Amino acid sequence: MQHNKFTGKRANQALFFTLFRLMSYLVVGILFCIIGFIVIRGIGVINWEFLTTAPKDGMTKGGIFPAIVGTFYLVIGSMIVAFPIGVMSGIYMNEYATNKHIVRVIRVMTNNLGGIPSIVFGLFGMSLFVNKLHFGDSLLAGSFTLGLLALPLIIRVTEEALKAIPDTYRQGSLALGATKLTTIRKVILPAAFPNVMTGLILSIGRVSGETAPILFTAAAYFLPHLPTSVFDQVMALPYHLYVIATSGTDLEATRPMAYGTAIVLIAIVLIMNLLANVVRRRFSK
Amino acid sequence: MKLEAKNVNFFYGDFHALKDINMQIDSNSVTAFIGPSGCGKSTFLRLFNRMNDLIDGTHLDGECIVGDQNIYDKSVSVDELRTTVGMVFQKPNPFPKSIFENVAYGLRVNGVNDKKIIIETVEKSLKQAALWEEVKDKLKKSAFELSGGQQQRLCIARALAISPSVLLMDEPASALDPISTSKIEELIFQLKHDYTVVIVTHNMQQAARVSDKTGFFMLGELIEFNDTKKIFLNPDKEQTQNYITGRFG
Repeated sequence: MQHNKFTGKRANQALFFTLFRLMSYLVVGILFCIIGFIVIRGIGVINWEFLTTAPKDGMTKGGIFPAIVGTFYLVIGSMIVAFPIGVMSGIYMNEYATNKHIVRVIRVMTNNLGGIPSIVFGLFGMSLFVNKLHFGDSLLAGSFTLGLLALPLIIRVTEEALKAIPDTYRQGSLALGATKLTTIRKVILPAAFPNVMTGLILSIGRVSGETAPILFTAAAYFLPHLPTSVFDQVMALPYHLYVIATSGTDLEATRPMAYGTAIVLIAIVLIMNLLANVVRRRFSK
Repeated sequence: MKLEAKNVNFFYGDFHALKDINMQIDSNSVTAFIGPSGCGKSTFLRLFNRMNDLIDGTHLDGECIVGDQNIYDKSVSVDELRTTVGMVFQKPNPFPKSIFENVAYGLRVNGVNDKKIIIETVEKSLKQAALWEEVKDKLKKSAFELSGGQQQRLCIARALAISPSVLLMDEPASALDPISTSKIEELIFQLKHDYTVVIVTHNMQQAARVSDKTGFFMLGELIEFNDTKKIFLNPDKEQTQNYITGRFG
């Protein structure tokens, strides 16, 4: 009797452990399926020309260079917008704000901002930056819109990074007659830097893959030249992918180009995520 | 520089942490505060460089006087007070910077930019803290590469670099091994030639060894404050006697 009862329990355990394990393997499997599928279909078009020339012949030939450059510009622009705002509000929330209710309200609002669908950001960006502020469909408008999208992540990461700094550093600095601002500048921020950088890199990964926010604010269907000012439209990888997958002149001919674009996009995001890990590990020994 | 507390009452929210404390601390002496955990001795110590200001919902009645200035007066700049009244914490808390930069930090943030002065002061302070010989060849190395005892002496050097008049030490040796502890104690003994040292300790032998005067705290009250010899050999109060003989606490 006893014996059976025990083995029954053990069998039950084993069953569930196996189930959990399979599920977690499944997640990894799905990732590899997606990447493998895209790589197999698209690797054929990846070559130097693809990465360094503009599309030709109704996007059936040539490369995606302007889209890579455009995404690069948009990422830089959005970080210029979001990074100072995000880091400064993170600093305020963790270092300065004494009223816990206000901090909580800001945090809830920040999380809500992060929960807004990206197409809504696009719509908002169009009405505010493109129309109201007369930026037009431009790199500038797109950068601001993507910046808003990245803001919650940067704020949260900054706050977490600062929270991880032991209070003994703050006390040590203040006890030497340093002001609060000096303490933050000379001790707290340098110590939090690796984690803040991790957040920055992660948000670059996020921003570079977004389509909806730039749909109405910055992205061009096709441009024969690279943008020369912040008021120019830009091509961008995710939007380019959408275009050649759905509205090219010859969808069958552009299909491999679409997969090639997807490979580049995924590569950027993966590289950014890996880089974030490297930075975090390198500095926080 | 002498210190004085006049009718000090201190509150954490509703909790009455220090009750009507009066004390005079001579300059160039070592004063030890002893007492059971939670008796208020560390709180009292931190009043003198206003570290308690960092805690929300605290409130002070009475006066804390450093030199001849009530440091809770509105005209007092807290940052400047803390350059006069230095502090060493319970756990060594070097910054994640090099050994050199840790000691130079206090100078830099207080507006000293002259490289020569900084180099000289760093060396002098490390010598004063009896650490120079051990670190002179690796000043550029991270402070975290030092042992706990060395880190604590580094923190002492860091505090000395800005030449305070008073040095507050909050259980400076409680996280250290016996050898490091005795080094710190020797150091405290040296320091009183130039500084007014106040030390909070849980270790009664330590208080007996290093201090000139000892204050015994219990439940927020200063039970007895007298010459260290008197406190340990022939205290006036029974509570003190019970505590130092280990009958409670």
